[in-house]
Amino acid sequence: MKIGENDWNLEPFGKHLWRGRMETGQLLALARAVKEAGGQLVALWGSDDRHLGDGFGIHGAFLTGSGLAWVSSALPVEAPAYPDLAHIFPQVDRMQRATFDLLGIRASDAVDDRKWLRHTAWAENEFPLRKDFSPLSTLGSPLPEADAYPFLRVDGDGVHEIPVGPIHAGTIEPGHFRFSIIGDRILKLEERLGYTHKGTEKRFEGLDLATGAKLAGRVSGDAHTAFSWAYCMAAESACACRVPDRAAWLRALFLEIERVANHLGDLGYLGNDVALAFGFMQFWRLKEDWLRLSARLFGHRYLFDCIVPGGVATDIDNAGRAELRALGERIAGEVRELKHIYDEHTGLQDRFAHTGIVKPELAARLGLTGLAGRASSQAWDARVQFPCAPYDQLDVAMAVQKSGDVLARAEVRFAEVFESLRLIGQLLARLPDGELRAPCVPAGTPCEGLGWIEGWRGPTIVALRIAADGTLDRVHPHDPSWQNWPLLEVGVLGNIVPDFPLINKSFNLSYSGVDL
Amino acid sequence: MSTGILLQIAQTLIAILLAPLLMGWVNQCRAWLQGRSAPPLTQPYRTLKKLFHKDAVIAHRASPLFRFAPYMIFSCMVLAAGLVPTVANDLPFSPAADVIALVGVFALARVFLALAAMDIGTAFGSLGARREMLVSFLAEPALLMVLFTASFISQSTELPVIVDTLAHREFAIYPSLAFAAVAFWMVSTAENARIPVDNPTTHLELTMIHEAMILEYSARHLALIEWAVALKLYVYSALGIALFVPWGIAPQGDLAALPLAILALLAKLAAGGAALSLLEAVFAKLRLFRAPEFLGTAFLLGVLGMLIHFLLEV
Repeated sequence: MKIGENDWNLEPFGKHLWRGRMETGQLLALARAVKEAGGQLVALWGSDDRHLGDGFGIHGAFLTGSGLAWVSSALPVEAPAYPDLAHIFPQVDRMQRATFDLLGIRASDAVDDRKWLRHTAWAENEFPLRKDFSPLSTLGSPLPEADAYPFLRVDGDGVHEIPVGPIHAGTIEPGHFRFSIIGDRILKLEERLGYTHKGTEKRFEGLDLATGAKLAGRVSGDAHTAFSWAYCMAAESACACRVPDRAAWLRALFLEIERVANHLGDLGYLGNDVALAFGFMQFWRLKEDWLRLSARLFGHRYLFDCIVPGGVATDIDNAGRAELRALGERIAGEVRELKHIYDEHTGLQDRFAHTGIVKPELAARLGLTGLAGRASSQAWDARVQFPCAPYDQLDVAMAVQKSGDVLARAEVRFAEVFESLRLIGQLLARLPDGELRAPCVPAGTPCEGLGWIEGWRGPTIVALRIAADGTLDRVHPHDPSWQNWPLLEVGVLGNIVPDFPLINKSFNLSYSGVDL
Repeated sequence: MSTGILLQIAQTLIAILLAPLLMGWVNQCRAWLQGRSAPPLTQPYRTLKKLFHKDAVIAHRASPLFRFAPYMIFSCMVLAAGLVPTVANDLPFSPAADVIALVGVFALARVFLALAAMDIGTAFGSLGARREMLVSFLAEPALLMVLFTASFISQSTELPVIVDTLAHREFAIYPSLAFAAVAFWMVSTAENARIPVDNPTTHLELTMIHEAMILEYSARHLALIEWAVALKLYVYSALGIALFVPWGIAPQGDLAALPLAILALLAKLAAGGAALSLLEAVFAKLRLFRAPEFLGTAFLLGVLGMLIHFLLEV
């Protein structure tokens, strides 16, 4: 595959997917070439390959015009290090720091080498994702050291710091936000995450494929379908399993149902955050109807465990199809009415417009992705440009906005609700007959696979390696929030503190998905 | 005189006991307008009961001011409730303070609340106190303008005289009061921490004004503050009634008019509460830095009311 002038010797690895291995020195040149060609580095993770006779591995997933390229480099056992990529793609800064915390693989010459995921749950010289690390060793006695995370300080006359969280007044996930303010104006925001680190990646090790699918779906519960589909896609490509058509179409149906549910919830929350409780109640009433129908048709409100390696675990009959289509049409009508109310509401528009702006240039430079990216002119949608089955047979319209403010992110959500409901109609009408599931059996030799799904938040990637005994050896689930959290810090600059919750909600990023 | 004192005590007690009911009514109307099922009318009483039964948690560094402030705030509101005529007019307390002093009583409560908020030294307390001061220093002059308009009509800053002029003399239409009434609604949303200036039900700590100041309070202290908040809403409603729809308040010494006066009060409070929740349902919260513009408009309307009084009514 060629990127820029050079051929990087990448092999096709599936539809729109490429795979390559190279020296660490070449990694830097590849990153530069991808950047110059307008691509992004969307994920970075490490692996401990010592049991396979290698040292460590560093892996990157590059988004290019012809698909996603998974590139790996082998690193030595002693002092594993690779060249810093954050100066080319700033969004990987936290991924590099997390990789060090988990595996002890360092990005040499990185400007920011503070810890990221490690709070005080394990010691500085321990690396939980290494194969020789025992989770039991950290149980019992808490570490004597304090967290002592060095925040960047803003100095000057009249500058105050407000520490917010990790525990908040509402029932939301934990995260710490350090504001430096003058009056109510935000000079700097710094995030500190990692409070929900659960050792998810470590937990994957040794699981069989089916159990791994359950765990993958729980990486970030609101994006369950995206993660479980990406995981299953990776597992199926590793096992060379072909998913039956009907299963693929049902998966797309689940993914669009999930997208509609989340967008409805977010649109309600956006109303609530400007104290328009009417909008909140109306959207949540619709979301509740939607979830209850999902529970009745598929057995779970959020469609948990409906996708399994090789296919799907649940089907829809003709009565269910009619019911789902009817509710979809009703919701589309009601959302149209509610959109009219939001559009005409001066107070709400005043709060939404010009709040939390991420300009398109900045979004491109810092790699803003997914829904928030499309609100800032970053026209990437895997369903449109790199469709997997059945999206290659559906004509998905991408929602793009230019202004990059809260209003733009709300508009993208509205457009995607309508588009997803239209797609659900299509999927239901053209649902092919056939099997629900094909056998997905590991080959008996170490093999690897990658799944890439456009979830409601953005591109969701799962890379995995299966050991010779058929159990999972290394799984890395990647949530698009990794790239977007740093942009939230940028988006709030110059805004006022009371607008932060609204801006934060307009991104609605996952804590659990990045804390892993 | 002794009847007067009895009436005074009765009127203050009615205010104290009725205030949570008004809050419950507003919450109920708001729930209906949002399309959800409403909490019972007596929910605020239950909340107060619950809070009074709890043990207070107080920060280690709290000074005596922090403990004292809730009592002070509650007392201020009780005093204010005694000053505004709701059922009967010209009670013994009334000459003690005119409308300007009434604004002062509210300010006193606010100063204590803001000091208590900063006392513990948490970021949110200071943030809320700062915002409260920003909002109130703009709201107070606007409120004074509203009160002055009414004072010019009745040639007095004494509330009983104002009520007497508007309710018990020859009926007259005062266009100036229409402007004052709109200004009064705008000011009272700011003063009572209601939408569109503040949101009393939010859980987003960074957007709070009033709620941010009382985050550290619990149990009986919080109960007193919540009760004071309800009382303040009641007093503001009573003030609005006294200034703009005073008909029905019993004149001095007219005991026979009292039952009707109580019924009129209840009806007016119910209508006022419903109107408040309707306005809350259709507005979104203003961006914090729009609040000065909002209150500036209130001030302007208050001044316009006065000008119109001099142009048309003198």
